Amino acid sequence: MSSITCKHLYKTFQQGDETITGLDDVSIRIDKGDFVCLSGPSGSGKTTLLNAMGGLDSPDSGQIFIGDIELNKLSKGQLADMRLAHIGFVFQSYNLIPVLSARENVEFIMQVSGMPEKERTERSYKILKEVGLQGMENRLPSQLSGGQQQRVAVARAIVSQPALILADEPTANLDSITSGQLMGLFVELNLRHNITFVIATHDVHVMKYAKRLVKMQDGRIISDETQLPIKTE
Amino acid sequence: MLTTLPFKIIFTLAWRNLWRNHRRTLIMLAAITVGVWAMIFMTALMRGMVDDMLDNGIRNLPGEVQINHPQYRDDPNINNSITMPDSQLRQALQNSNISAWTSRVRVPAVISSERDNRGVTLIGINPANEARIGFDPGSIIEGRFLGDANDNGLIIGAKMLERLETRLGKRVVIMSQDPDNNIAERGFRVIGIYKAKLASLEENTVYAGIETLQKLLKLDDKISQIAITGDNYRHIKSWYEPLRIAAGDNLQVLPWYETDTYLGSMLAMMDGFVLVWIIVIFLTLSFGLVNTLVMAVFERIREIGLMQALGMRPSMILYQILTESFLLLVIGLILGNALAVISIIPLQDGIDISSVAKGMEMMGTSSILYPALKLNDMLLASIIVIFLGLLTSILPAWHAASFDPVEALGKD
Repeated sequence: MSSITCKHLYKTFQQGDETITGLDDVSIRIDKGDFVCLSGPSGSGKTTLLNAMGGLDSPDSGQIFIGDIELNKLSKGQLADMRLAHIGFVFQSYNLIPVLSARENVEFIMQVSGMPEKERTERSYKILKEVGLQGMENRLPSQLSGGQQQRVAVARAIVSQPALILADEPTANLDSITSGQLMGLFVELNLRHNITFVIATHDVHVMKYAKRLVKMQDGRIISDETQLPIKTE
Repeated sequence: MLTTLPFKIIFTLAWRNLWRNHRRTLIMLAAITVGVWAMIFMTALMRGMVDDMLDNGIRNLPGEVQINHPQYRDDPNINNSITMPDSQLRQALQNSNISAWTSRVRVPAVISSERDNRGVTLIGINPANEARIGFDPGSIIEGRFLGDANDNGLIIGAKMLERLETRLGKRVVIMSQDPDNNIAERGFRVIGIYKAKLASLEENTVYAGIETLQKLLKLDDKISQIAITGDNYRHIKSWYEPLRIAAGDNLQVLPWYETDTYLGSMLAMMDGFVLVWIIVIFLTLSFGLVNTLVMAVFERIREIGLMQALGMRPSMILYQILTESFLLLVIGLILGNALAVISIIPLQDGIDISSVAKGMEMMGTSSILYPALKLNDMLLASIIVIFLGLLTSILPAWHAASFDPVEALGKD
């Protein structure tokens, strides 16, 4: 998987009698290894664009390509397979499966994709150690703090080394220290494994880590600038 | 592309989700357990009743298969007698699935005591063979059973004794016709009084030695019928057909369900009734099952959306919900079956239903009901519960599998 290309995306939602514009002629190309922040106020279309890129939601019109694959032409099952193989998701909160332990949550994608037990166990222990959750592998999500839960979610998103990670307000429920640690981890993964990151956020601290800052308003891209990200330890 | 289903994770999720709401799962399990118990327990009682009815009925015919003169059933007169089995028929009667056979003389007659007379069915029997097929020597309540085929005594029913106002040891006169239409009569001493499960039998059937009757009726070695029985009235085909062929066209060979079509229809009706009973109970259960699954699905819409977002195919979500239902059904079935076995075992010596026995007697059943727990009925109930249970679970499972991930993730 090399790049993401969105061409003239339109998306509207019906809320009662009112029609809300989610995406309004959005076109953007994100190259492999990019670290993009989608910013803007609530309702600006960040999450809608993120969901469309991940094949979770389909636009009313327009095309989305991941590499050469046009998402609009894939069935629900094929989209699920594509997400499983190529995309890691990090959501704002409550994004762990409550009946699975931290390790099992991390192993979820690998298990669904049929990876042998030995390999996935090794990987999950290693990644949980990397995100600072060594010794908490067998805890259920309810036994972890919000920050720890978010780190498990990140571990799950990166453990199978996807080409693309889509994160929707990943630091919304985290304190500033944990938030900084998480962003540091993202940057490290971006640099070390060339994983593409697209992060929807309205947190200015998060935006500082991005190589590219895309601002949205009323479903439109109003600016798209490259920037020099802050350095992490 | 994913080619095989990750059964382990589907099973793990299904099992743990099942116990997420202990109380709801336990209530549903209790409902399935009681439902399955009711299916099997009531079926065992009904089977016991019908088995008893059929056993009594077949014993009274008697035999699971009868060989008669082709006209005997329409006109049971003495001229429609048959000869004793020839060598070919005797060979067929050696079939390992045949447990016993006997020959009988059976004619209409009149019995007279000092005070009254009545029309009866007079049956000449070979006591040793008859005891294995028809008349039960244990039913003699006073006196003795016939000693041999030449015994000159007569066995009569307790009710008949009452009607004739006679008693054990007294003489009665039997009158019938010989093949030349001449009156054949002789006196018999009442040597035994029997009590039958069916009052009608007790009131109009008397037994004498077969050779004694052959002499009285000038039948030489002719008989009215041959009665044959196997190990199980449900499985007579293996020996009935060879017997029919060996008997040839000059004899009529009839299985019990054709000899007495009422009995035959009882068996088919019972099988149908069991099926309807199981389905009716299941239908009441299915509402609870569907409700449990719908609640379980609605409680975790966001989670299902998350799993879809992470790459779980809709089909896997469907299998996960169906696995949950399957596990619930299997546990309920195991408990229900176990409960049924545990509650039926202490009743193997029979349930006294004498308080309603008068009414039951009309249907041909006795006053002690023996529940008949059959593996086939347990299997039938289990298969129906699993099959229909999964069928009714498809709706909530399909609903869960067709969630839109974005909408699902947006639910609280």
